[in-house]
Amino acid sequence: MNFDRRTFIKIGAGGAGAAAVSGLTTNWWGLDKNPTPDPRTEGEKIVPTFCELCFWKCGVLAHVKDGKVTKLKGNPMHPLSRGKLCPRGTGGVEALYDPDRLKKPLIRTQKRGEQVFREASWEEALGHIAEKMQGIKEKHGPEALALFSHGYGGKWFKHLFKAWGSPNITAPSYAQCRGPREVGYYLTYGTGLGSPEPIDLANARCIVLMGSHLGENMHNTQVQELAEAIGKGAELVVVDPRFSTAAGKARYWLPIKPGTDIALLLAWMNVIIAEGRYDAEYLAKHAEGFDELKAHVKDKTPEWAYPLTGIRPELIRETARFISSARPSTVIHPGRRTTWYGDDTQRARGQAILTALLGAWGRKGGVLIPGKIDVPGYPYESQYPEHRDVVDRPKASMYPLADEVLASGVCDATVPGTAGYDIKGWFVYGTNLLQCLPNPKNTIEAIQKLEFIATVDIMPAEICGWSDVVLPEATYLERCDEIWTPYYKQPFLAIRQPVVEPLYESKPGWWMAKELAGKLGLENFFPWKDSVEYAKHRVHEAGYDCEELQRTGVVVGESVPTCEEEGLSLSFDTDSGKIELYSKPLASLGFDPMPQFTPPDEPPTGMFRLLFGRAPMHTFGRTTNNRFLGTLMAENEVWVNADVAREVPGFGPLKDGEEVMLINQDDVREGPVRAKVTERIRGDCVYTVHGFGHRARGMKFAHGRGASDSQLVTRVKIDPIMGGTGMNVNFVRLERPTADDRARRASA
Amino acid sequence: MTRYAMTMDTRRCVGCQACVLACKAENKVPANGFRDWVVTETRGKFPTLSQEIRSERCNHCSKPACVLNCPTGASHVAEGGIVLVNYDKCSGCKACIAACPYGARFVHEDAGYIDKCTFCLHRVKQGKQPSCADICPTRSLNFGDLDDPDSEISKQLRSRKFKVLRPEQGLKPNLYFLV
Repeated sequence: MNFDRRTFIKIGAGGAGAAAVSGLTTNWWGLDKNPTPDPRTEGEKIVPTFCELCFWKCGVLAHVKDGKVTKLKGNPMHPLSRGKLCPRGTGGVEALYDPDRLKKPLIRTQKRGEQVFREASWEEALGHIAEKMQGIKEKHGPEALALFSHGYGGKWFKHLFKAWGSPNITAPSYAQCRGPREVGYYLTYGTGLGSPEPIDLANARCIVLMGSHLGENMHNTQVQELAEAIGKGAELVVVDPRFSTAAGKARYWLPIKPGTDIALLLAWMNVIIAEGRYDAEYLAKHAEGFDELKAHVKDKTPEWAYPLTGIRPELIRETARFISSARPSTVIHPGRRTTWYGDDTQRARGQAILTALLGAWGRKGGVLIPGKIDVPGYPYESQYPEHRDVVDRPKASMYPLADEVLASGVCDATVPGTAGYDIKGWFVYGTNLLQCLPNPKNTIEAIQKLEFIATVDIMPAEICGWSDVVLPEATYLERCDEIWTPYYKQPFLAIRQPVVEPLYESKPGWWMAKELAGKLGLENFFPWKDSVEYAKHRVHEAGYDCEELQRTGVVVGESVPTCEEEGLSLSFDTDSGKIELYSKPLASLGFDPMPQFTPPDEPPTGMFRLLFGRAPMHTFGRTTNNRFLGTLMAENEVWVNADVAREVPGFGPLKDGEEVMLINQDDVREGPVRAKVTERIRGDCVYTVHGFGHRARGMKFAHGRGASDSQLVTRVKIDPIMGGTGMNVNFVRLERPTADDRARRASA
Repeated sequence: MTRYAMTMDTRRCVGCQACVLACKAENKVPANGFRDWVVTETRGKFPTLSQEIRSERCNHCSKPACVLNCPTGASHVAEGGIVLVNYDKCSGCKACIAACPYGARFVHEDAGYIDKCTFCLHRVKQGKQPSCADICPTRSLNFGDLDDPDSEISKQLRSRKFKVLRPEQGLKPNLYFLV
């Protein structure tokens, strides 16, 4: 607490005087009525919209007073927030009022990466971008321009790029995040899981988390349902090298050796099949390949898995029995970022197959089949033009089951001569590629080869510093975006509407895309007046009252049957029309038709596997400059096992809170960052929260705080099935920070 | 009579601290001050561990040491037993901070008076939940009237095991932790 003696005396004197007066005048006469303190933050106007602090997009009620947003509350009508918000959602006000926001369009005046710009008018900035885009198109074709996009406002730019004629539209949320999971489930059930994942946590009796740290990972509705399930007596089985928050609530915590989850999954299947604990009726009706699976796991006993995973055989048996005892109301949580070890599609397959053995797909308390409100598109005349194939892999035959464009691949294709054709220009929307893609050095090398790079963002993140033109976008509280109708167990239609006018010279993405389209001769693709008119048209065409929607922020559609218990008849979009326990498509492409365990590389002597994850109050590097969220966590820490900490060379012993440098196998030094010495993690790995260690000078709060795991991810193991970049394959050792380390941090 | 109290379900809570930020936003709590906070306690040695997460705040004690020790009468018991500070009367002397065994009070860095949780009485008067309970994604926090046998918290305290913090202090705290 900052309270020096001088201010204390000043306030003390004033306060005592006031007290004396009030004591005399009011107490004496018996009129002393203590007021109810009222901070007066209640809005004069309450505007419903939806959040953009993460991709969950919860319904928000924004309170506005004297033209300023005072606070954000959960929209009780919205199926994803149900009146509740996570800390990030609550802290969204500071995203709007962050003093470090991008304020005006910027054009680079020095070398790329020097972060030196001059301010420009929108007309000049957009004109410059259009001219560069046309130039690249003339020389190399429209496909030589790629769009990297993350966040809901990206819709407008994806549309623009399709109209422009480039297929290279990509997001790191696939090959760096949930991609392997989508492909693993698609191969098994004929559909991926999408977002929000349609798992029925609320009605589950057993919840299995494998590396997913729900609760630190604040997917609002899922956390709500997790708590609801716990309240109703559901039990958790948590498989994690770290004693996560969820592990602290679990009946069983399995502190697995990192990289060996497939061995555990196979051993669980072995027990469940050997002891006849699977849902035979369900499998007979819905699945193919059971005999092959039975033969495949016959020798994958708990005794086989023990030396691989470090989990005792009796504990593997007991948890297998426990998981199957709750079937079909067992959720094997599919996870979200699943790009770990390069065999990730196979691990997702393992989870999908286990789900099938429990008869939990399409069943209450398992995985639900969600519905969606159909909303007709806004009519426009032009058809998207023909184009060359996407260029996100060195050879067209690689990663045959990727069903979205690989961001890492498009980045690589920027290095001339490495792919079918060269990428010459990047347009980056809302994704800080220096933190999202592995090996930032690679990304910078690719950027140096570009003829042009433009970035749309809210904050001056690292990627802005490497861009030629930077466009300041209005935050989600200042703009109207595309309406949102996801697949969900309760179908709904939500709108994002401006709560206040855009600050500074920031503009909404829809406006930038439309203006740019005009300059590129693509105005036919953007016939709407603005995003509000666009949204109104679509809502009206879908048969809903737009004014009502603007008042409530959301309309909830009719509930559809989501599981067999509600009368749903299950069908599967696989080749066989059944759940494929044995995958013929994988076999025909030369991959294992059923998951095989491949041992992970061992850490070199004196090194630890680097694991990273989430904290409830941050969404990657997107929120680390948010000073309000920073009151809860301003920097990350490195978790180190307490026994190991006593033995770390050069520390003798490493103490909790002490600063360390992390040095990876390629001698990248990162830090200083504080150590969290704890019993809550295995000794062969360390863990940190992703998104810290910013170098961008404009992010004045986040700059230089904590360590960037991204810098340390210099190696990846690429999933041969779909091109996901397994990133948990890097190792670090710990050293004391030197004077050089501190100087480098200060000057970064 | 009305006796306001709160239950906090340690089994449901994931320690996300939405309660902390909702309180800060609702009550314009300065950056360095906290009217509520989250404590995570881990016991044991790897791999045999247990953990408890608590969202803590002023206990609005039925025998509040802070009120007893306040020289100016600023700290007082308001309706429903809620312990409040009358900011106009507060001299910032910190006697209450010394008296409170829960660390619930702090000096407001801009205004100089002592600040603390009010159970959001201004909201309660309008029939709303305190902002921490209102935002909580896990519904771990429940506010209500202990003297009403039909209130959610009365029912919870009849059906669940619970504890209070530092009962040996004898202050009769009104924040009940469901375990």
